[in-house]
Amino acid sequence: MAPATPLAADTPALSPANTGFMLVCTALVMLMTPGLAFFYGGMVRVKSTLNMLMMSFVSLGIVTVLWVLYGFSLAFGTDTAGLIGWNPHWLGLSGIGRTDLWDGTTIPVLVFLVFQMMFAVLTPALISGALADRVRFGAWALFVALWATVVYFPVAHWVWGAGGWAYRLGVIDFAGGTAVHVNAGAAALGVILVIGKRAGFGTDPMRPHNLPLVMLGAGLLWFGWFGFNAGSWLGNDDGVGALMFVNTQVATGAAVLGWLAYEKLRHGACTTLGAASGAVAGLVAITPSGGAVSPLGALAIGVCAGVLCALAVGLKYRLGYDDSLDVVGVHLVGGVLGSLLVGLLATGTGQSDVAGLFYGGGLGQFWKQCAGVLAVLAYSLVASALLALLLDRTIGMRVAREAEESGIDGTEHAETAYDFSGAGGGAGRTPSAPDAPAAERARTGKVTA
Amino acid sequence: MKLITAVVRPHRLDEVKNALQALGVHGLTVTEARGHGRRPGHTEVYRGAEYTVDLTPKVRIEVLAADEDAGRLIDAVVTAARTGTLGDGKVWSVPVDTAVRVRTGERGVEAL
Repeated sequence: MAPATPLAADTPALSPANTGFMLVCTALVMLMTPGLAFFYGGMVRVKSTLNMLMMSFVSLGIVTVLWVLYGFSLAFGTDTAGLIGWNPHWLGLSGIGRTDLWDGTTIPVLVFLVFQMMFAVLTPALISGALADRVRFGAWALFVALWATVVYFPVAHWVWGAGGWAYRLGVIDFAGGTAVHVNAGAAALGVILVIGKRAGFGTDPMRPHNLPLVMLGAGLLWFGWFGFNAGSWLGNDDGVGALMFVNTQVATGAAVLGWLAYEKLRHGACTTLGAASGAVAGLVAITPSGGAVSPLGALAIGVCAGVLCALAVGLKYRLGYDDSLDVVGVHLVGGVLGSLLVGLLATGTGQSDVAGLFYGGGLGQFWKQCAGVLAVLAYSLVASALLALLLDRTIGMRVAREAEESGIDGTEHAETAYDFSGAGGGAGRTPSAPDAPAAERARTGKVTA
Repeated sequence: MKLITAVVRPHRLDEVKNALQALGVHGLTVTEARGHGRRPGHTEVYRGAEYTVDLTPKVRIEVLAADEDAGRLIDAVVTAARTGTLGDGKVWSVPVDTAVRVRTGERGVEAL
């Protein structure tokens, strides 16, 4: 056959296969946020279940809107100094054509931006686990908007944006070990250092109220994470996405065993919460590394993540900070671990030819990984603490002590999570809508004058 | 009349109920409850944090009985609920001066 015209040969065509795959991956990543809500929601006491669910769920609203208005432009627009992006044609997504392809891929810009939108939605939601039971909902909503703008969009640009400094330096972060997990974990630490502990932390029992909900959430996270991880290669042409998919499963399974083995030896039982937590620890640790390591490397990363995170969640009691649901212990520790292990375990045959220390590549990549991790950790910690301080000093971050003790669900959301008996529901009252008398008749079956 | 109240292990409920029914008891009330007697609480571990759970799940069974039946019923409940280890529960009775069957208005032992 005659060769195509030079122009056509140089211009990649839209791939229906890759595009369809990425749309499915996007939906999978979306599912992670409600999955996270269940994961966290089951771990709190019954009186703050709904607040915990809502702190995650509202991010689907807030960050979606910001991403459309300016978030995508800040994260992936034309680079300035390696720190931030900007593209006025992307504000409101107005200048993006239906078939415009994302640079270097065979998928539309529209698909890339909605895939990345789900990451931006999930990351602030991760922070909420550290803030259980005690943050005003309005203050949280404002924090999410400010944090996405000041921390997530720039950091995503550093790590993944064309021209971002970490990207140019060669920091390997396949799907968000630094940009998502170190970032959210460090932010959680920054905020809790400002707002303080839950009332009764360390003295009152704070048992999870619904472990099946935690397990359901962990399962949804694990399922959605395949989209998060395998989708981050943005196509399927060279098998890297497939490697990532396999490594995601391998590391997560190994991390479950690692956590269970640790707690069986240390505390005498293999717990449901331990299994669910181990799974998330493994998923976090393989997120930055899964495209660069072998399945055996992923296995090692998983075991290390399970054991190390199981150890790390005990730190809060020794150091006296109330990381309520262990965002620091799981996401920060797991994210740092996975990001650094790239520097040791990268084979040079995965996403790039960069090899780590154990594969004859020396320590060069390890130091790059350290730089990426430290920069994201430090920036997120400080910026998040300052944002929390700003909000706390102006509108106030915490609910009143009495509200915290009686339960934040009632005071912030005017709802109760569970009503199994129906007793004590109080007197019914229909909304005072224009048609209220009709509703009253329907309810009581009486005609009133 | 007497009100017999038994607070026993949840998994002994069926045995206690069967024993009471075998003695001709027509009605009883069961409530899920929590409490503790001499048994120390058990320990639960969540991500390494150990909690002592000292209010353990129990069922509270309440039966109204004629004075002359109360002794036999109490003995039956105790026998059926016993496992011999700490945490088997308590049974007690108190005098009752009125009982009314709501459907018919019958009073006293007629209402049982």
